[in-house]
Amino acid sequence: MLFIGASGLLPNFLSCSDAKGIQGNTKKHDITAWVRITEDGQITIYNPAAEMGQGSMTALPVIFAEEMDADWSKVNVEFSPQESDIYGSPGWQPGTKLMFTVGSRTTNSYYTVMRNAGAQARHVLLHSAAKHWEVPLEELTTGASEIVHEKSGKKISYGALVPHLTMPETLPDFTEGGLKDPEDFKLIGSQIPRTEIPEKVDGSAEFAIDLRLPDMVYGVLERGALHGAQPTLTNEADILAMEGVQKIVPFDHAIGVVANTLEAALKAKEALDIHWSDAQATGFNSQDIYPEYAQMASAPKKGSAVNEVGNVDQAFRTAAKTYEADFKNDYVYHAQMEPLNAVIQVAADGQSAEVWVGSQQGADTKLGIPDLLGIPPEAVNVHLQYLGGGFGRRSMNDFVLECGRLAQEMAPKPVKLLWTREDDVTYGSYRPLTLQRLKLSTDAQGDLTGISHCVVGDGGNLVAGGTRNDHYAIPNQWVEWREASHGVRLKHWRSVGHGPNKFAIEAMIDEVAHDQGMDPISLRRKLMADSPRALATLNKVAEISGWDAPVSEGRAKGVAFVEHGSLGTGVCEISVDRNTGKINVHHFWIALDAGVVIQPDNVKAQMEGGIIMGLSSVLKEQITIMDGQVQQRNYDDYPLLRMQEVPDSIETVILPSAEHPEGVGETATPMVAGAIANAFLKLTGKRLRHLPFTPERVLEVLNS
Amino acid sequence: MASYTLQINGSSREVDVAPGTSLLRVLREHLGLTGTKYGCGIAQCGSCTIHLDGNPVRACVLQVDNITEEQQITTIEGLSENSDHPLQQAWVEAQVPQCGYCQSGQIMQAAALLEKNPNPSIEEIKTHMNGVLCRCGTYLRILKTIELATSPTTLKS
Repeated sequence: MLFIGASGLLPNFLSCSDAKGIQGNTKKHDITAWVRITEDGQITIYNPAAEMGQGSMTALPVIFAEEMDADWSKVNVEFSPQESDIYGSPGWQPGTKLMFTVGSRTTNSYYTVMRNAGAQARHVLLHSAAKHWEVPLEELTTGASEIVHEKSGKKISYGALVPHLTMPETLPDFTEGGLKDPEDFKLIGSQIPRTEIPEKVDGSAEFAIDLRLPDMVYGVLERGALHGAQPTLTNEADILAMEGVQKIVPFDHAIGVVANTLEAALKAKEALDIHWSDAQATGFNSQDIYPEYAQMASAPKKGSAVNEVGNVDQAFRTAAKTYEADFKNDYVYHAQMEPLNAVIQVAADGQSAEVWVGSQQGADTKLGIPDLLGIPPEAVNVHLQYLGGGFGRRSMNDFVLECGRLAQEMAPKPVKLLWTREDDVTYGSYRPLTLQRLKLSTDAQGDLTGISHCVVGDGGNLVAGGTRNDHYAIPNQWVEWREASHGVRLKHWRSVGHGPNKFAIEAMIDEVAHDQGMDPISLRRKLMADSPRALATLNKVAEISGWDAPVSEGRAKGVAFVEHGSLGTGVCEISVDRNTGKINVHHFWIALDAGVVIQPDNVKAQMEGGIIMGLSSVLKEQITIMDGQVQQRNYDDYPLLRMQEVPDSIETVILPSAEHPEGVGETATPMVAGAIANAFLKLTGKRLRHLPFTPERVLEVLNS
Repeated sequence: MASYTLQINGSSREVDVAPGTSLLRVLREHLGLTGTKYGCGIAQCGSCTIHLDGNPVRACVLQVDNITEEQQITTIEGLSENSDHPLQQAWVEAQVPQCGYCQSGQIMQAAALLEKNPNPSIEEIKTHMNGVLCRCGTYLRILKTIELATSPTTLKS
């Protein structure tokens, strides 16, 4: 049971919205901390998660409205206050409450929270109607924003109940029972347009970068191209004399400049004369590191164990045949379309701060600003804005802290910090470069008996995730990580370790199938015998892609399976220009099991986007480092996939399921590399083992 | 600082900025027309696409000094009266945007095509739209939506 006050859920803890000017039937009244209602029935539901295009602004309120029995046509959605005690989810770690939009886990971790909160809001309304009519609560039922007492024939809309709202002493915990039977869902699983799309087609959607405040000044930082280097500014007086420049703020990693216009700040940034120290990355050449990584993989001493099932050493000793190959992947950059930025205003006394930011939030809901300023968390108010792309980059708060530091210097003036695209690329935090050595063993019948997967690279979980094969019946499995370290900034990048690791696993399985003359889907059917949900995605994608039908001349299909919460199998159809080495991907088909699906069309959009981002990274994207210096600066030397390079179609079939919802944002991206490499093997008999598959690399493989 | 007069979305606007300031910064930071986005600053991403006398251009590489007082600038805010340009309606209908950051540029680029070529082929659409990046990967929906909006049988009244 939850008690008033203790949970912070009931509204007597919050001030009813009574801003001057809001009167009569448009005044918003709290039902609980999650939802407000006006007398004319308009309902405002709070979304606790970041909205970066994945649709949380609709999915979570839909779940809530389902259990509340709210009339969706009267629902408005706003971001919740960034207060994790009230709006956090225990879905990350039992006993904690976090607001954290990462790992494709928003729907997964909030599903039960939102259902319970919606049911509790409905309970408050039922309680109020029962008191009002003096009838037992148990005799009441609800329809779309309406309470009905069948016995007496009385009906009252949620809005009309507002003057009679009374709070129960306690709110039941409906997770123990009393939630809807999924069979009765009306909103969940239906086609509901995303709430924030209209403002994204007329320029009115506000991102943090769009904020303009009175007396606002602009901050930029020069961070250099050698991660970890420390700056010494040699022309401070000249910079301070420049028009519009207000302050120079030194950081350990950068020199900051604040000016009264953005153009003055950028002009000063260009004029900075900085001497940079050496750093750990000095002398590091990313493209020359692979032989060293291969040696590390060959060293007799094992690395940190990531997963162990059975006894893989014994499987190899008794194998009829073994297979071994190294797979590689270069660094990639997030390239979210909105460069990093924030606006922060610190009060004149330094004792409070307002923060406007597009953030994927984090373990610290106040994003490190309280510690930076030495003030309590409740003195920091975070105004979450739409994110112009996240992909993992915006769960790192380095840019928020930079802005906080500038705002501390400029208090009480608000400071807008902008990273230029060049800053964003060069001082990026990349998906790590790795080498992966895979070994497989088969027995006399040709069945897979063991898989050993050694990941060499920097970043721990960033490189070791996605290495488990829980849906493949391979009795002996071993995964280890061997650590390298170069001082290059690293970060989660959509699907994290799954990108490189699923590539290696799926390509390796096809190499076995190729060697055995076996169809890659037939081989996977055998491997998935004990995993019916995974198998169903495989069978479905085989069907919709016409796997067994003949393919046009010069084309081939490839398959790859991914588990990332949800289970999905993808098939692509490719051709290769043998003169240029350019791979063309013509079609992609996906079958997905994501448990209960809240918004089917949005799940399809996530599959489409995941495949496109996968294609971009797999075919084109590459950050390279020479003598520690990042070599790329903008979209001209870090090209992304463009309109003329997209497949003709990406088709997704969602398999029906009543299981708990699983994330979908990172299931498609890791399919791409394996599916392409496997199609390429079928088409050419050659093996692509190094990401990205740039035309130069493909030509090299074709000519090998 | 210098004073400039610009014709934007049918109104005359005055700004006082340093010579050489990019039109994008003038629009966003000085005039508050923030629907036009900064993405790269070097005409590679197309997020800042606006119309200059009806032609799609990248505001980030235009200097305010080079815009005459007669040239008509249209931004996403001025594309339609009530966010009801056929493309904007079709965009909502097809649920095109994800993060939404590039979408002003996409829509402005597409709207310019329709002005000149009301029935483009799919290849013409792809070529015309190739300069506007989308990291979320909404390309296929953009393509389909432009196709639908320009197909004579499905064009909305």
